[in-house]
Amino acid sequence: MEAIIQQFFNIEIMIKALPLVLKGLGVTLLICAVVIPLGALGGLFAAIASVSKNRAVRWTAIGFVDLFRAIPPLVLLIFIYAGLPFAGIQISPFVAVAVGFFLNNSAYFAEVFRAGILSVPKGQTEAARSTGMTQGQTLFWVTLPQAVRNVLPDLLSNVVEVVKLTSLASVVSLGEMLHAAGLVRSLTYNASPLVLAAGLYLVLLWPLIRLISRFERKIDT
Amino acid sequence: MQMDMFLDQFLNQAVLVKYTPLILKGAGVTVLLSVLIVLTGLTLGAGLACLRAYRIKAFSFAIVIFADVLRALPPLVLILLAFFGLPNIGVVLSSFTVLFLVLSLVLAAFAEEIVWAGITATPKGQWEAARSTGLTFTQALCYVVLPQAVRMVIPPLTNRAIAITKMTALGMVIGVPDILGQATTAQSFSANASPLTLAAIAYVVIFLPLVIASRWLEQRFTQKGS
Amino acid sequence: MASTYNEKGTPSSATLSVRALHKSFGVLPVLKGIDLHVQRSEMVFVLGPSGSGKSTMLRCCNLLEEPDSGAILIEGDKLTGPGVDLNKMRQRIGMVFQSFNLYPHLSALGNVTLALRRVLKMPREQAESEAIAALTKVGLSNRAGHFPSQLSGGQQQRVAIARALALKPTVMLFDEPTSALDPELVGDVLDVMRDVKEQGMTMLVVSHEMKFARDAADRVVFMDGGVIVEQGPPEQIFGAPTQERTRTFLSRFHG
Repeated sequence: MEAIIQQFFNIEIMIKALPLVLKGLGVTLLICAVVIPLGALGGLFAAIASVSKNRAVRWTAIGFVDLFRAIPPLVLLIFIYAGLPFAGIQISPFVAVAVGFFLNNSAYFAEVFRAGILSVPKGQTEAARSTGMTQGQTLFWVTLPQAVRNVLPDLLSNVVEVVKLTSLASVVSLGEMLHAAGLVRSLTYNASPLVLAAGLYLVLLWPLIRLISRFERKIDT
Repeated sequence: MQMDMFLDQFLNQAVLVKYTPLILKGAGVTVLLSVLIVLTGLTLGAGLACLRAYRIKAFSFAIVIFADVLRALPPLVLILLAFFGLPNIGVVLSSFTVLFLVLSLVLAAFAEEIVWAGITATPKGQWEAARSTGLTFTQALCYVVLPQAVRMVIPPLTNRAIAITKMTALGMVIGVPDILGQATTAQSFSANASPLTLAAIAYVVIFLPLVIASRWLEQRFTQKGS
Repeated sequence: MASTYNEKGTPSSATLSVRALHKSFGVLPVLKGIDLHVQRSEMVFVLGPSGSGKSTMLRCCNLLEEPDSGAILIEGDKLTGPGVDLNKMRQRIGMVFQSFNLYPHLSALGNVTLALRRVLKMPREQAESEAIAALTKVGLSNRAGHFPSQLSGGQQQRVAIARALALKPTVMLFDEPTSALDPELVGDVLDVMRDVKEQGMTMLVVSHEMKFARDAADRVVFMDGGVIVEQGPPEQIFGAPTQERTRTFLSRFHG
């Protein structure tokens, strides 16, 4: 028991680690602020393309989505970060993370939006078109608002996944929260900084997870 | 010229030939880990969801805490904690075991929530019909409610299982010789990006059919309606 | 078959006895002291406006609802109280639901055999031949392999009746068995119920099928506001009801 407290919940070490870990938290949030809006937007476009009447557009979009759902995000990240320099392209860890997660996230957001669009009854489109709205107007004013409402829990849970995903940035030495905590751990040979980071992830994400659970209880499958 | 350089760096024939056996070995590790994680995670998750159905306060509370914490924490944090933290208190696990345990528990947490949602969405009349013929609570759960609940949630369960088995790539960080682990080693030895290309292809070959299958499953389920 | 109806009922010999049954949902009393005795092979019909407590009364009879007080007895054996194996008792009480509640993941045969195998612990072959016999009684032995989604509403309800019948219950409860059905499918279900009665089953039925009640019931019970307002042979209840509330209720159906 003593050893567990000493090795995992060492307050002294946590206090020492705190400034660095908090700085890392800032980077974590910065990645999220870039990747979530971009991924959602990319996903939305891919989703709209994936329900297009044009066969080529539809299959290209579905192919893109499935490809990036099949490749683990870490593989993508390392491919971009460690691979591109071989092609003479030098990029910073932050850009590598942003690009890699954008591709991965767009695919996941696209799946959610697509399910949402398909969940809106056909009669809605027909009603909107019968009042003289264009296809674009119908999509924007009638279909999407309902689609988003129908998949709100899934969108939220995607956001949670993105925040968790940012921890992978530590592998390419981007100084986000886990990287900072891991650094202090390797200096102190003590796991408490990791526990501190875990605690901060919990503070950040637990409210969202409770919210999702509550949403899901209301919606009968 | 551009193209030549690209091929040389990303699809270098000599490098590909040399390292393909290594990547294949890694693929074996990835597949083995994935199968073990899916079997353990889904069984444990469904078991916990069933336990929660008995609505014993202390158990339910513990299960919800377990599920919430494991869904909120990035798996990489748990992997590092287990791999670097546990030896300090005398528990030394291999990197393979750490990866297996952490991802199985994470999948169990998600599976518990998903199956539990299925159990609560099963109409009350099904319980009543089962109990009215004399089935016990446990029998009604096992033979009537759980089969329906699982069927209802197969699409989200499949998606989650795929997402989590893909995370076996995280094993590279603690030195598991899976596809990515082998590829990064090979890349640094060969000073060439081709092993990474090979790794990406290996993942696509393993996971793309699963992703497509899950899409097909989802389509079939939504068409059938409730 | 002679009517076994008796004005007061004879509690000691009744197949199903409900005694001083009280039940409330929160502060809202739903059943305010129900006494009802159903004799062997008797079909008792319970009528009443919605919210009269008739369904709750029926669901109390196999403890799908827990009564606040009072007693339920099957052939003199108490359903409530310490030391009672409720699952054993429930085998003696068949229940047919308004929404059928067939198990969607099992075939018609699987629906019927489940309790035979898991509750009565019959070997598979015996359970299946018993199930086929029960499905034959409801005219659906040729649909044994069909899943609920492949059956019409009327067929589903008949499978549900077979599921209850196969356990050879002492008494069967019917909770509005035809109200979820399209009008043209009601007849088949009522025919099956008539057959079941003719084979001597004791039945307690909550339903709005007035014509069927008039033709087939041995006794009609009218409930309103959580009490039994009046009861008697169908000719009496439909022809010359003594209570004002009964008359008002029935006049709405005669138009």
